Amino acid sequence: MSLEVHIEKKLSNMTLKMDFVNDPANGVLGILGASGCGKSMTLKCIVGIETPDQGRIVLNGRVLFDSEKKINMKVQERRVGYLFQNYALFPGMTASANVEMAIHYSNQHKGIKTTRKEENEKAMYYMRLLHVDQLKDQYPRKMSGGQQQRVALARILASDPEVLMLDEPFSAVDAYLREQLQLELCDLLGSYGKDVLMVTHSRDEIYRFCDRMLVIEGGHQMGYGATKDLFANPETIAAARLTGCKNIVDVEILDDHHLFIPDWNAKIAVKGQIPEHTIAIGIRAHYMHPVSKEQLENYRNPKTGELENVVACSRPQILEDPFERVVVFEHHVWWKISKEIFEDVYKEKLPGYLSIPESSILYLHE
Amino acid sequence: MDWSPVLISVKTAIVSICFTFFLGLWAARGVVRLKSAKTKGMIDAIFTLPMALPPTVAGFFLLYIFGTKRPVGILLQQVFSCKIVFTWQATVIAAVVISFPLMYRSARGAIEQVDQNLVYAARTFGMKERTIFWKVIFPEAKPGILAGGILAFTRGLGEFGATAMIAGNIAGKTRTLPLAIYTDVAAGDMAGAGKYVAILVAVSLIIVSAMNWKGGNRS
Repeated sequence: MSLEVHIEKKLSNMTLKMDFVNDPANGVLGILGASGCGKSMTLKCIVGIETPDQGRIVLNGRVLFDSEKKINMKVQERRVGYLFQNYALFPGMTASANVEMAIHYSNQHKGIKTTRKEENEKAMYYMRLLHVDQLKDQYPRKMSGGQQQRVALARILASDPEVLMLDEPFSAVDAYLREQLQLELCDLLGSYGKDVLMVTHSRDEIYRFCDRMLVIEGGHQMGYGATKDLFANPETIAAARLTGCKNIVDVEILDDHHLFIPDWNAKIAVKGQIPEHTIAIGIRAHYMHPVSKEQLENYRNPKTGELENVVACSRPQILEDPFERVVVFEHHVWWKISKEIFEDVYKEKLPGYLSIPESSILYLHE
Repeated sequence: MDWSPVLISVKTAIVSICFTFFLGLWAARGVVRLKSAKTKGMIDAIFTLPMALPPTVAGFFLLYIFGTKRPVGILLQQVFSCKIVFTWQATVIAAVVISFPLMYRSARGAIEQVDQNLVYAARTFGMKERTIFWKVIFPEAKPGILAGGILAFTRGLGEFGATAMIAGNIAGKTRTLPLAIYTDVAAGDMAGAGKYVAILVAVSLIIVSAMNWKGGNRS
């Protein structure tokens, strides 16, 4: 049981090139990318709304698309579930009619005969599962975004697809409801047992939901693996940026253990070996460490007398978040710190230097 | 007062809207589903042409096609032994051809307005294209389609030029209200024409206001 996608499609501004195999046993697969990177297009190719130029899509052993064998299965035959960004509930039907419709026609397509009563019972089962049974007689336009999403999800689950694809599932949900919905969806998807793909541009959603993730930039895969591993070691510049790393700077490799950051005019000395193809490093803004004048001497190389692993900071701009302070210094040095510590210690006097702990350095290649 | 033009007009308008409604809907659906933009533009131009042309020109073409000395006319006469030109059926053909573009264009606009995601979603549930059209697209596009139908009906009711060309102006047979008005005025009977005018204005006004009232209710 798996979903295999190997496709290429020329778009107006780029070429989409996707190459991955998903095993539902590994949990939810997240596709992370900025808007317009081709992530929704990838899902649409799997659904069959868009046709790739070449390649192959195989779902649980069934070939949905194969350019060489000239196979392009109709959407109706593919048995895929797709949660549209706008949920695509039929506006002229009540919530339960929407769900019943999906049950009726997916069964009909499979050659299963069901009575109205059975369809209604099954619809109610799925609506109870998503806590929208009390909305059964409501029309979609009277529902909130979160309610519509649940009804749409009930409708998809009721049609019993072999793969479930969620396209930016929380983008139209009010912020204060989002976490509650995420918790519920997490529960549901955790035990779903079929391929689940989720497209989003939010790293938080990916981190919460997806056991594995795929990073896309400009139509290309820039990272694919376990979510936690990719966050800990993104490897590519794109993956680092999309997983929320704020400090990404080009580097010159001096030797196996030394780097120079031209933009920051800083030298880095590390104990571990620097990977060969490193062209940039990333340091998450939380891991930058403030250094006072007195501590600065600890960062001086005893032999050469040069400062190492620190960056001089000037001309700060401060962004205030509810529980966090973000300080952006000249040359785009980002530093994030909790509001309490900032208010207590640094508010009056910002540190003149920030140190870069070796353990926080992400070595990045193209 | 001679009531025959009223009866003929109403009969013609009702029969022709039955054809126009489904032909226009079918044509609109077909054109929307076309993939190539070039073919789409070409077919759209042909379907819209009767609206852009003077009705007499459309009537000229109809005569050219259905005339008794023309291949189609000869075929109809010999195989089905039916004559089209200067019969009541010709008033229906004229009304259908002239009102068709109104129906087609309104229906096409309404269908194109329907959120394409609804169609895609329906497909993922295994619904056949025909079912999707009647269960998903049609209910969504209904206001626009019905408005098109009403406009086409009133246009059919008022059809004059093409009718005169292909159906003639035979009293009690092909003389519709607009033709009766023309005939009365030509004969100097302004009072007679006035009565027909009043009927036509009243009917059209009722229909159009009913449409607006229904439309106002919706929003």
